[in-house]
Amino acid sequence: MRCFSKLLALFIVLTVCAACWAQAPNSDRYKGVGRAATPEEIKAWDISIGISGKELPPGSGTAMDGAKIYAMKCAVCHGPGGEGGIGSRLVGGEGTLTSAKPVKTIGSYWPFATTVYDFINRAMPTGQRGSLVPAEIYALTAFILYKNGIIKESDVLDAKSLPKVQMPNRNGFIPVRVEDIPDIQKRGCQIGNCP
Amino acid sequence: MNPKRVGRRRFLKEGPVLAAGLAVGSIPILSARSQTPEAEPPARSSASRNSYGERSRFEDYSLRRLGGQQKSDYGFRNPLQDQTGIITPVPLHFILNHDRSLQFLPNDPPDLDPKQHRLLIHGLVDRPLMFSLDDLKRLPSVSRFHFVECNANGNPTGPYGEPRRAVTATAQDTHGLTSCSLWTGVPLPLLLEKAGVQKSATWIMAEGAEAPKHFKSIPIGKAMDDCLVVYGQNGEAVRPEQGYPMRLLVPGYEGINSVKWLRRIKLVDEPYMGRSESSIYPSFRVDGKSRWFQFEIGPKSVITRPSGGQQLSGPGFYEISGLAWSGGGVIRRVEVSTDGGRTWKDAQLQDPIARKAHTRFVFPWEWNGEEATLQSRCTDERNMVQPTKEDIAKLFGVNVDYFVTGANQINHFNAIQPWKISSGGSVTNALFL
Repeated sequence: MRCFSKLLALFIVLTVCAACWAQAPNSDRYKGVGRAATPEEIKAWDISIGISGKELPPGSGTAMDGAKIYAMKCAVCHGPGGEGGIGSRLVGGEGTLTSAKPVKTIGSYWPFATTVYDFINRAMPTGQRGSLVPAEIYALTAFILYKNGIIKESDVLDAKSLPKVQMPNRNGFIPVRVEDIPDIQKRGCQIGNCP
Repeated sequence: MNPKRVGRRRFLKEGPVLAAGLAVGSIPILSARSQTPEAEPPARSSASRNSYGERSRFEDYSLRRLGGQQKSDYGFRNPLQDQTGIITPVPLHFILNHDRSLQFLPNDPPDLDPKQHRLLIHGLVDRPLMFSLDDLKRLPSVSRFHFVECNANGNPTGPYGEPRRAVTATAQDTHGLTSCSLWTGVPLPLLLEKAGVQKSATWIMAEGAEAPKHFKSIPIGKAMDDCLVVYGQNGEAVRPEQGYPMRLLVPGYEGINSVKWLRRIKLVDEPYMGRSESSIYPSFRVDGKSRWFQFEIGPKSVITRPSGGQQLSGPGFYEISGLAWSGGGVIRRVEVSTDGGRTWKDAQLQDPIARKAHTRFVFPWEWNGEEATLQSRCTDERNMVQPTKEDIAKLFGVNVDYFVTGANQINHFNAIQPWKISSGGSVTNALFL
């Protein structure tokens, strides 16, 4: 009997081991393919700024600082006051979203202030991307938000204050709660038909 | 000299020779002994050949902007009406980039060296990893047919709606922002599992290496389902315009998710809300609200032959042929109506029939020479049926006129497309007739 239970135990151990081996996680498979990324490599590439703003860098700026940089680097495409040109319109349009001709700008439409920082940082100005330092990006973000009447000219934007800026159209999106987005049930969507 | 003109002249000159050749089959056998072989066809000039191969100089279809205009538009449209089967030739795959300077210079994608290019997977993972193209090619590969479609394909309203609504619109104008390829690469779940996804990861953020570094947030459920990191397209390397040396392929989702020139995937716990996903791609409604993160493309089909701009040569037999696709899976059924929607009959689906891929349908038709309206509607594996424009209007809570007069772009406009055949055989866009 003891012998049998020993055998049984051995059998169980072997079975479990075989199962482990058969289901070796992919981390252990495909040896020698790819390599560990270093913290320096990740830091150099990780430019994303999410809505919590936890990735925002040190630095700060106001609309007053931003006005000068805007005139030099942005006005040529977006117009002297953000009214648009060959580049998109950045200012105005509030109250038009329910009209026959809605004007969608950063001020009237964009739901998150952090997105303004992220986009300037990754994509602006065209042809000189990567040339702006964080203080300049905070200042430009402040200038655009100020021109839209969202913050005051003297308000200082930095890693703490920027994510707290409430955008006028934040609740204009469906579903409003970000955590409900992946949930088809809560979205009330039919595939391809989400009015 | 214009090579096209030379081509026409030569064709006119040689036309009768060809016609005589074709007629041989119908000449009684008795007289065959007196026939001499037809003249040799002229060879292509060596100047028109290269070691990569070129199409015949008689074929001149190409990528075009909407309505053939040079005016700014979303991107460059694929001439669906000139294609057979389900594969879009790689040079004709539609092009749309998420940055103006790229969008307006379609032949100017980033010039990425595959030896230098890397894919970084990091964020909420146990082991941040770096992969080269060679690394990806060592891993188990899959090849799958999938379409990629812009969510604005077929939009009838807003600044770019007019040429799509025009009676002169071709299938390229109405549906040209979709393409289908055999994509080859590594399943994304394999790469993510190798990095060890942590429980708190609910989204991935995929980013390209191009100058403005377009990125898109995708729910982890989709990332761990059927997404691929691809390096092959229709048997060759992914073209620079399509993301060389590697792109993300998110089957069935609107094209913006299939990030080109892929260089970084970050596992995160919320969508990143970049400019495109939070402020450009949401669908705008009449009540001023917007639906963001519309993921899957709905069931859609279009007859490509006969279609807008084509000309029937006279009454008699024609095979009606077209494409159907759905982000919801495989196309189960396509029905065709030749009488303006009064009656519908099943079309035949041609192999290969793949999930989230263009599917070719054909339908035999005898044209009696009278006015007719041709249309197709498809049903996918989830029993979702392609809607009429009236169905979509009802869903949006608007009058159908809104699609003509509205100022807002309608995304995911997958309405049934009618083509009108005149008694003279000309084919026109009848979506708003």
